[in-house]
This record gives sequence, structure tokens and C-alpha cells, in this order.
Amino acid sequence: MHNLIYLLLRRMRVPLIVVILAYAISILGLVLAPGIDDQGRPWHMSFFHAFYCVSYMGSTIGFGEIPYPFSDAQRMVVTVAMYVTVISWLYAIGTLFAVIQDPAFKRVLAYTTFTRAVRRLQEPFYLVCGLGDAGQLILRELTEDGIRCVGLDRNDQRIQTLRLENFPLAVPALTADVTDSSMLLAAGLQHPQCAGVLALTDVDHVNLNIAISCKLLAPELQVICRSETHDSEANMASFGTDYIINPFDTFAKGFAMLFKSPSMYLVYQLMTSLQESPLYEFAAPPRGTWILCGYGRFGKAVQKSLSFKGIQTVIVESDLAATGAPGEAIEGRGTEAFTLYEAGVEDAVGIIAGTDDDANNLSIIMTARDINPDLFTVARQNLRSNDAIYAAAEINMVMQSGVLIGRRIIDLLTNPLLSDFLRQATRQTEEWANVLVSRVVGIVADTPPETWILTVDSLQTPALCEAVEKGLEVRLGHLMTDPRETSEQLPCVPLYLMRANHDEQLVPDEATALQPGDRLLFCGRRHAETHMRWTTHNYHALYYICTGQDRPIGTLWRLFSGQSAG
Amino acid sequence: MNLEKVVFAFFIVLSLTLNFGFFIGELDNPDHHNVYELFAALVVSLIATIMKFGDRAHIGAVLLATSLVADLQLIAAVIVWTVSEHVTGTGLTPMVMSSIVSLSGGALLANIISVIILVTETVMFRR
Repeated sequence: MHNLIYLLLRRMRVPLIVVILAYAISILGLVLAPGIDDQGRPWHMSFFHAFYCVSYMGSTIGFGEIPYPFSDAQRMVVTVAMYVTVISWLYAIGTLFAVIQDPAFKRVLAYTTFTRAVRRLQEPFYLVCGLGDAGQLILRELTEDGIRCVGLDRNDQRIQTLRLENFPLAVPALTADVTDSSMLLAAGLQHPQCAGVLALTDVDHVNLNIAISCKLLAPELQVICRSETHDSEANMASFGTDYIINPFDTFAKGFAMLFKSPSMYLVYQLMTSLQESPLYEFAAPPRGTWILCGYGRFGKAVQKSLSFKGIQTVIVESDLAATGAPGEAIEGRGTEAFTLYEAGVEDAVGIIAGTDDDANNLSIIMTARDINPDLFTVARQNLRSNDAIYAAAEINMVMQSGVLIGRRIIDLLTNPLLSDFLRQATRQTEEWANVLVSRVVGIVADTPPETWILTVDSLQTPALCEAVEKGLEVRLGHLMTDPRETSEQLPCVPLYLMRANHDEQLVPDEATALQPGDRLLFCGRRHAETHMRWTTHNYHALYYICTGQDRPIGTLWRLFSGQSAG
Repeated sequence: MNLEKVVFAFFIVLSLTLNFGFFIGELDNPDHHNVYELFAALVVSLIATIMKFGDRAHIGAVLLATSLVADLQLIAAVIVWTVSEHVTGTGLTPMVMSSIVSLSGGALLANIISVIILVTETVMFRR
């Protein structure tokens, strides 16, 4: 704020001095000019009358010769004074408007409003650097979950579009160079409520820069980075970046899992899907020879994962030397039919279009499908704005880095138990996954499932804690009972239980007795969570579910029914 | 020699000298205190204030503050003068005159502090 006032005052110095001088000269001239009063005696205007006269003259409010009609000498002074004061006022006001319109002044204004908004944040917030597809997705999801965010981006256009987005919570955002650590500090890096930093720009080096600034200036802060090369990934990991997300590796691992255990892949999909995205239409990819177009970072990651699973790939790449493609790779973009014929498209079972150009990727898919309509198609989508054409192309699987990164980070931030669950789940057999998937699908049908965490403590589940303290045994099955109709089950599946002493239990049994400090991960329909929270908050509802008795609430009724308090 | 510094010092010293010129004389005698001198002192004091705008150093802030005090005192003196002459019509009685002059005396003190700061800053300035 101080900066603004100083900047304004500095720029207004000369115009203000001009105004004061114009007034001083005009007033002095009026006082000195000889006049004649109504009795014809010589008269001089006092300073008070002169100031009054110049004030209404200078602001061109109106005119009148008071207290006596002016003499010619006075009229001469007034004529000059009119021009001098009006021009000086115009000059001053013009300068003021020019200062306010000045881009530098506007920048200072935006910066001041931004820092003030950040300083006033009272709740934990995340600092999001880089507001591309992933950043905007994260802002939307986090604010919908009631988590505050602060945004920084180098591109002014993105900040402007952010203002038009209707987020449920206000998101302070600033156009700034995110490699400048002073900007990170202004965005609340050392704010006591800052919960973490997300470095999501599409340049690895910039993300690296942000991560290192954070680790030096606020070492205890959680830092999540996007990285697209293994080189910078190793660099980020070397100084303790908490999570590094490589969209290509993440996709490639998931894709390879599809071949090994499709149900396990479906578990991943079900648990991590965003609220608005429809349930994934599942089609297991065929085993056989695959054509991989584009051997960049994406292509390399996919090829590596597939070769681990014993899947043959034929690589098509336009620049063999620069990408370091293996010797048997075929040169060409893959958008032309002859390159695809050369790669053996007639006998292949699937094609992966993984270049960094959306138009080329779509062209590869269309051309290949013309030749061999039975191909399983996988395409990389680089820009989210191409959603419509990708949807129209009816591709079996689309990989979109922004959404992939956004989804991973949202899960990490809003559902910390989920990654523990998935880590445990990956070690299970395909049959286990099969059973779980059919259980979840049976409950949620075709709507995407919700996941939520229930922590047994006096804050989140007061009734449950009270009951356990009073010696009542509350089992997991009790929580899953519909409080409105105890013979019914709530549509949810318990996925994971973590005890206070870090004992884990995957898909815990309904007979499991709950203890304070337990953390439970559920998956199911949205309304199941609401009812479950009601049971854990209302002691009488819980008591009824556990014992089947409707307990008298008041002391009087208790006396009548002869029951002791319990 | 820096012209900006010359103009700056000129206005600060001039506002002190004009103020002193108005203040000197018998406290309650209107003949010893010229209305033109008060007018000039106020105008120069206002200009000196604006010259100090936008200086973010600590010493600049103190200079601005003393200048604002001087303005306030002089404006109060002018208002007392105007009210007694034009509103109540009591004219420049010894009581009114002494209050005008003592108000300008306060402004004089503020201006002296301004000049002391200016001199101190100049002495401390090393090339």
C-alpha cells in the first residue's frame, strides 16, 4: 500500500506545485488590484475574498463579481487568473489519470492487492505455480473441497481467464516470474498457513528452480513437482522434493498394468477418478504387436513399460538420430499410410500415437484405423482445448498429461490414505482385485464412486469416541448400517484401515472393532458418507444401531424405565 | 552541484525565513505582523511540503512530517485571522493577534527542525 501512495505522490509533485503557484499568483493579483466599493471609495480585496473568488473561478463553478462590481484592474487580473488556474487544474488531473492508467502503476496495484489477499489468509492454503491444464484442474477441485489456493503464472492471459472462472473460493492470483524467489515469498511461501507448494509449469527447469527455493526458504513445506525428464527428476529428488510426478511414467505404468491385471487397473481408475468424469468404459487391450508412433519422452516410457510385460512394439519416429531410437525403428511420422504399412499395421493389434502434436496424433489414429479397423487405439493429447475432437475420434484410451498430473496431485492432497491403499493393493492378486471391483461396481452402478476418510477421534466422530470410552463395542459393520433403517446397509465398501500404531488392514472385515485413532478409507455413493457422519455424530443413533434399543434421553424417562445412564 | 538539491534547500530555508519574518515583532501588535508575509509563508510552506513527497528514506519521512506540522499551524493561523476579520467581525484585537502569532511561532519551530535535519543530512553526506 505504501508503495502505491509514494508512487502517486512522486508523480504528482510537479502538477501540485503548479496548482499552488497558480493559486498564489492569482490570489496575490486580486489582493493588489485596486477596486472601488459601492460608495465609490478605493477598495482592496482581502485575502479571504481573493481566495474565495479564485476557488470558484479555478474550478469553473460559476461567476459573480462580489462583494462589489470589479474595477477594470481587477477584471484584468481575473482574466489572467482564469486561464492560469483552469490550465493548472487540467494539467494536475490529467497527470493523475495518466498515472492511474500507467502499466507500471497497474502492476504495483495488482501486486499490492495480491500480497494483501495472501497476507489475510487465515486457513491452510496451497501455492500453485503454473496454471496450465493441471493447475486449473487442481484449483477447481481443491476450492470445491473448501481448500484455499494461491496461483502464480508467468502468462498474463491465464491469470485473466482465472478471474472469469467461477471458483467457490476466491483464488488470489498474480502474473509473475515464478523463478523469482521474491515472488514466491510474496505469494506466501513463508506464510504460517502455507501447507505446500505445487510446481506445475511445463518447463522442468522452472519447476526445479521453484522446488529448490522452497526447500531453502521453507524447508518443512511439502513440495510437489511436475517433471518430464528423468534427469531433472533425479535432481529434484536429490534435495528432498516430497513428490515428483512424471506424467509419462505414470501413464506408462498404468498402461502396462492393463496387460498384466486389468482388474487392478480398474481399481486404480475407480478410486482415483474425478467427480465429473464418467466411469471408464473398460476394454482390455489385446496382446500382440503394437505400433508406437513417436519415440520422445512419452514413447520411451511406454516402450520401456511394455517391454517389461513382454509386449512387442514397432517404433515409428521421424527423427531417429535425435531421439536415439533403436536400429530397427522405422523412419517417418506415421501420419502417412506407407510408413504404417512398413511398420506392419495390418498385423498389429494396437497403435499408440504419442507425438507432441495433437493434429499428427489424430491423423495417425485415423489413417491406421482406415487400414485396420480392429486396432486398439491409444493417443496422447497435449492440449486440453482439443477435448472435443479427441472425443469425436472415439479413441480407446487418451492420455492427457494435465489431467493425469492434476488427478494424482488432488488424490495426494485430499486423500492421503489412498496412496497407502493403492500401494498395498498392487501386491494383491488379480482375483482379489476382481472381487473388489465387482463389489464396488455392484454398489455404485454407473456413477463414479466417492472416496472419503473417517478418522476416529473426538473432533470428527464425537459419538463414536464417547461410545468406545463407555465400553460399548462399535464394529465397522455398525458404521455401515443405514441409521434410518437398521436392516439396510449403506452403499459403501471399506477399503483400508490404518490403526494409530500403523497396523494396516486391506478391505477390513465388518466385525472389526473400532478404536480411537483409527483411520478408515471408504468408497461408495455420496449419500452414504452423509449418513455415516450422522451415525458418528449422534450418540443415540449409534447406540440404537449397536444395541437395538431406543435409549431414553431425558433423566426423567430414564428413572421411569428403570435404566441407568449408559 | 545538483539543481534539484538547490531548489529543495531553497524552499525549506525560504519557508523558515518568511515564517520568522512574520513571527518577529510585538506579540499582540497588528502593525508588526504583515498579512502578505503570512500569505507568502503559507504558500512557500505548501510548496516545500510537496517537494518532500515521495521520498521513502527515513529522514525524508521526518522532513515531510515537520513540513506537514508547519502547514497545519499556518493554516490554523490563517483561519483564525479570517474568522476574526470576516465572520465574527471582532477585528485584530490584541488577543486575536497574539493567538495568530503564537500559532505561526509553532510553525516556526517545525521549520527550524526541518532546517536542522537538512543541515545534518548535508554534513553527513560524503562523496
